[in-house]
Amino acid sequence: MSEPVNPVEYTKKELPASMSKIATALIAIGLIGVILAYLFDTTRASFNGLVMLMFVTSIGAGSVFLIAIEYLGGAVWSTPFRRVSEFLGAVVFLLPLLALPVYLNLHSIFEWTHLEVVEADKILSGKSAYLNPTFFTVRVIIFFSIWILFYLILTRNSKKQDSNGDQNLTKINIKVSAIFIPFFGLTLTFAAIDWIMSLEPHWFSTIFGVYYFSGTMLAALSFATILIVYLNEKGYFVKGISKDNYYSLGALLFAFVNFWAYIAFSQFLLIWYANLPEETFWYLARWDGAWKYVTISTIFIHFLLPYIVLAPQPAKKDPKRLIVASVIILFAHFLDIFWLVMPTFGKESFAFGWIEIAFPILAVGLILFVFVFKYKSENLVPIRDPKLKRGLNFRL
Amino acid sequence: MSDKTIFAYSALFDSPDDIIHAAEEVKKQGFEKYDVNTPYPVHGMDDAMKLSPSKLGYVALFFGLSGMLAAIILTYFTSVVDYPQVIGGKPFYAFPGYVPVMFELTVLSAAVLTVATMLLIFFKLPNNRHPLHDTNYMKAVSSDKYGLYIEIEDEKYDEAVIKSLFERFNAKVIEPIYYDDTEVEHKNRIFEPKFIIGLVLIAVITSGTTYFTLNKLMFMIPFSWMMDQDKIVPQESYELFADGFGMRNPVEGTIARGQLPYEYYQKPEEAAVALINPLFPTAENFALGKKKYDIYCSPCHGYHGEGDSRMRGQFPNPPSLHSEKVRDWTDGRIYHVITEGQNVMPSYSTQLSREEKWATVLYIRALQRSLNAKESDLE
Ligand code: HEC
Repeated sequence: MSEPVNPVEYTKKELPASMSKIATALIAIGLIGVILAYLFDTTRASFNGLVMLMFVTSIGAGSVFLIAIEYLGGAVWSTPFRRVSEFLGAVVFLLPLLALPVYLNLHSIFEWTHLEVVEADKILSGKSAYLNPTFFTVRVIIFFSIWILFYLILTRNSKKQDSNGDQNLTKINIKVSAIFIPFFGLTLTFAAIDWIMSLEPHWFSTIFGVYYFSGTMLAALSFATILIVYLNEKGYFVKGISKDNYYSLGALLFAFVNFWAYIAFSQFLLIWYANLPEETFWYLARWDGAWKYVTISTIFIHFLLPYIVLAPQPAKKDPKRLIVASVIILFAHFLDIFWLVMPTFGKESFAFGWIEIAFPILAVGLILFVFVFKYKSENLVPIRDPKLKRGLNFRL
Repeated sequence: MSDKTIFAYSALFDSPDDIIHAAEEVKKQGFEKYDVNTPYPVHGMDDAMKLSPSKLGYVALFFGLSGMLAAIILTYFTSVVDYPQVIGGKPFYAFPGYVPVMFELTVLSAAVLTVATMLLIFFKLPNNRHPLHDTNYMKAVSSDKYGLYIEIEDEKYDEAVIKSLFERFNAKVIEPIYYDDTEVEHKNRIFEPKFIIGLVLIAVITSGTTYFTLNKLMFMIPFSWMMDQDKIVPQESYELFADGFGMRNPVEGTIARGQLPYEYYQKPEEAAVALINPLFPTAENFALGKKKYDIYCSPCHGYHGEGDSRMRGQFPNPPSLHSEKVRDWTDGRIYHVITEGQNVMPSYSTQLSREEKWATVLYIRALQRSLNAKESDLE
């Protein structure tokens, strides 16, 4: 059998104390805001809770996906910092918790939970075999279980390798990833349909799952990029990570910025061109009143701005530019989900106040906190991963 | 061998690291006329060779933007200037629909023309010869080796120095590259008869097969089976029937479902007297009438019947439906116009059922009353 892999030299440094302080502060402020929001205006808070849930889902499920495609594609450039995604992926454990307050207010969010409305409506009663609270609950439990299950298997194996250097663990993880990818595709698509598309139960778009996925991938990647670049510049990783690793990270981000725009435009173009009232109303609602400006700004913030920042070749290797682009994209993804969800709550004009600020603060705080927490008990580098040395020697 | 003219001295390396270090050293020693050939872009090479950032990106940008401009002009000229048509109620310049055109032309011209520019600069077209053609060196670097050559024209060219330099960096094959004698003599092979005849042959063969496929092959068995089927198409004769017509009339004395014949064909005055609106002016009937009116009539007559057409002059504007003439018409007279059309206005019998036509008449009446209320409406 193959030899155990020798560890790469790595000394673990304490994270800067400010990081956990920032996380705690964000959580404290966010949590107070969120609790007050639920007491003050439950419906509005639950809609915001849904936005937060989908954002954290993006980071969590998206990170597990990033881990899986690294194994499956045999990528080596990302191996030195795969742990960042492994830590971030741990937020999948928070998902049921975040989903709970939303789930308890399902009735005030989703029209299809109102039996009398569904009965009176031919289209909704036609969809009721799928869109009913029982089946919805079953599905949500399935989504969470699958993400958590695969997260556990993949990261357990990766962690075990740190101590025994067994190459077979990588092979097992490759197989696990191959099984996970189709499950991920289905669960994420249905999660997008259930939590977001069904807000307007009459509306349908067959590309919707892909649309949400493109944002998911971007959010998970950009959150990881911020941490990777920040920590690597301060020397938290092992020696050997070069500009070529950065370049690949930047190129992947850049590719998915374009992918998002491509998908978003495809969805819009088909609906605009067919011009069927049962489809166009969804876009018209986002062209009403103040929403118009949000719609236009997503084009800039989600596409043009990161596109321009990342387009030049040197930009993809420049730590500062990478962080700037990632922050923009992360904000854009939150805005995107806000834009998908909130028009159902506030037609014509969008509600914006301290409630809308409290939720993203809590979300970022929680994700950071999970990262800091996982960092304490694990190595930031998979020191005995057979691909690590090649990853450190990676040249384009 | 010695009578051949030497072009350059070349070396083949096994790894990208070796070639980068070799290139660095060659540059350091002050060589100018050298180049590197690798099977794929080796990153870091620009730095090693101390090249200034490539300008090819700007070429791509320029061609990309020209492609986009061409797409804008193409779509604008065809759909706004030359042949404006309302399609699906969209504006003439239906921007989102043209985005794919712009995208494709941008990418296409950026990619193809950038490569063309590169070839132009590299080969100095129309010259298509290069001493590196058909050499072992070229074969190796286009599969899995990394090559470097220094031209004899370089001021510092010295075989011994170069050889030892290459050896220091693990070069696996070191050999001179010669000019091909035949190529030195013939300057421009593009105008060689062989080449021209080849081009002509290709043109003749492609156009010939295209002609044959579309005009001959399609009519041969079995490809003609698609067209020659055992069925009668409209307007065809058919000997089985006594009158020889392929198309049949309905059986005498029968009426197809929903196809009540209209008795007042070309008799508007009789229709005006004989036809009476069977619908009551209920909210539902008005709603139905409004719906049908807005869909079928409003493009020409305007939402309020004032003749403010949305056809942008592509169809003669109709007169107002609020004229005294139409107000004084009976319901049956308006029904007649919808059923039969009037001059340029076409018939709407195939789009609207009887009930829908009467509902539309009701709605027109409501529109008329909104501008010219009766005395009694004011009470
Ligand atoms: C394609 C454009 C077009 C559409 C659609 C159309 N009309 Fe007309 N309509 C006309 C024009 C043009 C005239 C004037 C014809 C003429 O020269 O007598 C007209 C005339 C009429 C008149 C007679 C007016 C008069 O003063 O002589 C009536 C009534 C009328 N239309 C009703 C309708 C109704 C009801 C519909 C919907 C079912 C309809 N039209 C749809 C173009 C249109």
